[in-house]
Amino acid sequence: MNFAMVSLILALVWVAITGNFSAPNLLMGWLISLLAMWVVRNQMTTPILVSRMRRVIGLILLFLYELVLSAFRVARLVLTPNIRSRLKPGIVAFPVTAKSDVEITLLANLITLTPGTLSVDVSEDRSVIYVHCISVDDKQDVIRDIAEGFEAKIIEVFE
Amino acid sequence: MLDAILPVLAGISILAGSIFSLLAAIGILRLPDLFTRMHAASKAGTMGAGLMFLAVALISFNGSVILRAFVGFLFVLLTAPVSAHLLARAAYFAKQPMTSLTRFDDLKDAPPPND
Repeated sequence: MNFAMVSLILALVWVAITGNFSAPNLLMGWLISLLAMWVVRNQMTTPILVSRMRRVIGLILLFLYELVLSAFRVARLVLTPNIRSRLKPGIVAFPVTAKSDVEITLLANLITLTPGTLSVDVSEDRSVIYVHCISVDDKQDVIRDIAEGFEAKIIEVFE
Repeated sequence: MLDAILPVLAGISILAGSIFSLLAAIGILRLPDLFTRMHAASKAGTMGAGLMFLAVALISFNGSVILRAFVGFLFVLLTAPVSAHLLARAAYFAKQPMTSLTRFDDLKDAPPPND
């Protein structure tokens, strides 16, 4: 069931990339995806994306909402007449609980696309993400927002 | 019915997309240093590109174009934060000055990278 869904998703990706949305091409993509999955059959475990579909969709929705919110906030900031009075930039060290490369990459990307934050660097031991904030009053607020928002959701998906 | 509404929706979203892209450009002009500028470029820019892809998907009303617009948007989502992150990081370690408004810098005490 899960593998059937993966092969279907791969077939859709094939159709999207070849740009030919016809039934024979979809069938072709599906056959190729089955072949590709057969080649890597020993390395494959149940894919996380499929087994946790609901949580993944929750994460995507949260992310799209935050992206729209942050675009509007940047728009308002840019149009403020006295722009310097609205800026309180600073770099905050955010302690990461997430461990794997995928989680940290995803978290850093999501941080960049959400309101007022931009990831600048990850420490060598991967325990801290340094986040540039455009307007920050209290460091603890920023750290709590990220830890309880995206990080919690990401850990839910990958735990 | 649908034929009448779709072009209007597409027009609205392409207009909104261009407004966000324009605001991103204004932000790059008005904000004081590279780090604050990357905020404008990465967020409003992504939103602008996303709305334009949406407009293309609406006006074409064609499976393969919609799917490709979606994939295009995914690639923007994947690459825009990476380039903003790389620029900010390179600027920081190249000692690009931060605006005098900056209130604190936790990265200052961290050891510099090896690469």
